[in-house]
Amino acid sequence: MSTLPHRSLLRPALVLFLALSLLTGLAYPLLITALAQALFPAQAAGSLLLREGKPVGSALIGQSFSGPEYFWSRPSATAPLPYNAAASGGANQGPTNPALLRAVEARVAALRAAHPEQPGPVPADLATTSASGLDPHISLAAAGYQLERVARARGLPPQALRSLLAEHAEQPLSGFLGEAQVNVLQLNLALDELAAGKRAARN
Amino acid sequence: MNAQAWMLLCAFLAVLLLLAVPTAAWLARVMEGRFALGARIEAPLYRLAGVRPQEDMGWLRYALALLLFNLLGTLAVYALQRLQAVLPFNPEGMGAIAADSAFNTAISFASNTNWQGYAGETSMSYLTQMLALTVQNFLSAATGIAVATALIRGFARGSSAGIGNAWADLTRVTLWVLLPASALLALFFVSQGVIQNLAPYQQVETLEALQYEAPRTGPDGAPLLDADGKPDMQPQQSRSQTLAMGPVASQEAIKVLGTNGGGFFNANSAHPYENPNALSNFAQMVAIFLIPAALCLVFGRLVGDPRQGWTLLAAMTLLFVLAVIALTHYEALGNPRLAALGVADGGNLEGKELRFGIAASSLFAVITTAASCGAVIAMHDALTPLGGAVPLALMQLGEVVFGGVGSGLYGMLVFALLAVFIAGLMIGRTPEYLGKKIEAYEMKMVAIAILVTPLLVLGGTALAVMADAGRAGIANPSAHGFSEILYALSSAANNNGSAFAGLSANTPFYNALLGVAMCLGRYAVMVPVLAIAGSLAAKKRLAAGAGTLPTHGPLFVTLLAGTVLLVGLLNYLPALALGPVVEHLALFGH
Repeated sequence: MSTLPHRSLLRPALVLFLALSLLTGLAYPLLITALAQALFPAQAAGSLLLREGKPVGSALIGQSFSGPEYFWSRPSATAPLPYNAAASGGANQGPTNPALLRAVEARVAALRAAHPEQPGPVPADLATTSASGLDPHISLAAAGYQLERVARARGLPPQALRSLLAEHAEQPLSGFLGEAQVNVLQLNLALDELAAGKRAARN
Repeated sequence: MNAQAWMLLCAFLAVLLLLAVPTAAWLARVMEGRFALGARIEAPLYRLAGVRPQEDMGWLRYALALLLFNLLGTLAVYALQRLQAVLPFNPEGMGAIAADSAFNTAISFASNTNWQGYAGETSMSYLTQMLALTVQNFLSAATGIAVATALIRGFARGSSAGIGNAWADLTRVTLWVLLPASALLALFFVSQGVIQNLAPYQQVETLEALQYEAPRTGPDGAPLLDADGKPDMQPQQSRSQTLAMGPVASQEAIKVLGTNGGGFFNANSAHPYENPNALSNFAQMVAIFLIPAALCLVFGRLVGDPRQGWTLLAAMTLLFVLAVIALTHYEALGNPRLAALGVADGGNLEGKELRFGIAASSLFAVITTAASCGAVIAMHDALTPLGGAVPLALMQLGEVVFGGVGSGLYGMLVFALLAVFIAGLMIGRTPEYLGKKIEAYEMKMVAIAILVTPLLVLGGTALAVMADAGRAGIANPSAHGFSEILYALSSAANNNGSAFAGLSANTPFYNALLGVAMCLGRYAVMVPVLAIAGSLAAKKRLAAGAGTLPTHGPLFVTLLAGTVLLVGLLNYLPALALGPVVEHLALFGH
């Protein structure tokens, strides 16, 4: 066989590119899809949360809440509506951007107006947007900040909400991996359930 | 840095080292062709391709093979994007990608940059994500590892005409390292909540109805304008949320292992479906550094002196830890202007996910830019000024602090050659590295490899700030806007791919400028590196004498880290002063 330096490189390039493409671009993702569906079907499909058999959201994706009877999520910068899980993204506002300062000022004012019983500074996560616009969590401080307002709107004793929050609070793994947080959608679903249970008990 | 941040950093480095040692052993075995079962499985493929894996290629032939292979990849990614509307696996009916964006993305993924001008979930079909983007995640990583292996052979061999076989190198590392590791990691990701399906986007009914405003659209889908020429905004109400779906985990695994960084979704690893919790995040961080760290040890093994590999790894780790301390410090400090508005002290949470917090977000930002990964879990545009200067500087150092898979090692070896050259000048002896005389030819190639990227970054930035089309993309006013442009060019030319994402870069101007920067930043470095490999392989290996500068141990670690820092500072200090430094003074000065 010839060992000339100009011996064609084209055939090996084409054949190997084609073979490795089919392997890594079709066989591999399709095999992982099949294995994922078999081993972890709920996670592979998006960790959907069902209520009365209907999907009401995902355990991993946040939702927007603005009514007084729910715990509120962090502000979201997705367009055209917040928590748009078909178009993720952040606000990308730098720390000296006047638009950021105006937005934070407005959020702080709205939070203070809704929580007159809270004299202190507003929890940082409630005043700032997340990276994905889909952040499912708030800090325990942010949940505590809203607790009395939710209790008031629901006509529930704050103590009942405190134990609900404690049930749903997540702590860092081994003390350093992760943050102290609560999943807002799951907390609100539990809150709806608690309120429904209380109503049923009264009737 | 608080206790949590220190514990996270220590745990990260411990797990990384623990995994890097066996990975290096396996990588060395595969790249030396000592995996016999693998060779038998490869044999029919080689026959079909007309490849003789034992054929030793000269450096030029090796380079041409890689360039041709990468060119095919670029063309395929371009074609698949342009044709995706008529191809299968497109349940959301994504249309063809515009030519300029497709050009940019094709170069971006072939060059291991994975700069993304597009938003994945609103533009790419599942077929494009798999057969175009995932494939290049593998093959661009394999290309980098092949070049690094060829350079290692240049040092390890004596009086040899060749530096290995490009086809065998590409095939072996893809089949026996990248694929199995990605499969394992992908399944771990799914177990944590990363999605993996081919279903259409999922509709759910939300707990609460949402009021918002959206532009009214005409029958063609274009927004209608009101009398002032602004989009006619109408109040809307929605009780449904659309969850973007897709084969995410399989792409996520190689995205981090191959230091690619191109997210399936626009929000990249900040998206909960790409990176659901602290544990998946820890795995992503380790995966990004795993192969770059292991390749240092492979280098030590194959040149017959493991201390040489540990020395490179130590120099990288030194620079890395300094960067983590700096970035975490400034992010934890937070934004004094928000504190003045009545926001509680909790660090700079703007643009960060709560589940990652300050410590992990800061660590990830350093890892992703120290390595040429570019995945993000926090929006770098929203980092504090000096916090944001750290990723910028890490890219500008040439992506040699761990760096890209393969490219980090060969980049660092280029700096090692420069370091022994400078030391040689100081002590008045011909510089040597691992018994190879470093002469004029090698130093010319070193100079090209080191100067190409600063030329692209600084020249490109100057061009963009002078052009109307360049300034039009800026999202944040004043010094931060300059930083956005500097970041984009630094990221593209050094093949990182992360962004100060406020910059509107999906325009013909930026698609073209950044496309050229990515292409030259990758291949105009790779080819001189292969030339060095060829030249070194042909030289005899000399025995170390009494006057030989030892290239292992703390002295050389310091010399090497110092050389990297010195070159970086000389190149970039004026530009950094105009962006992040000015903004820092505006934020914290009086």
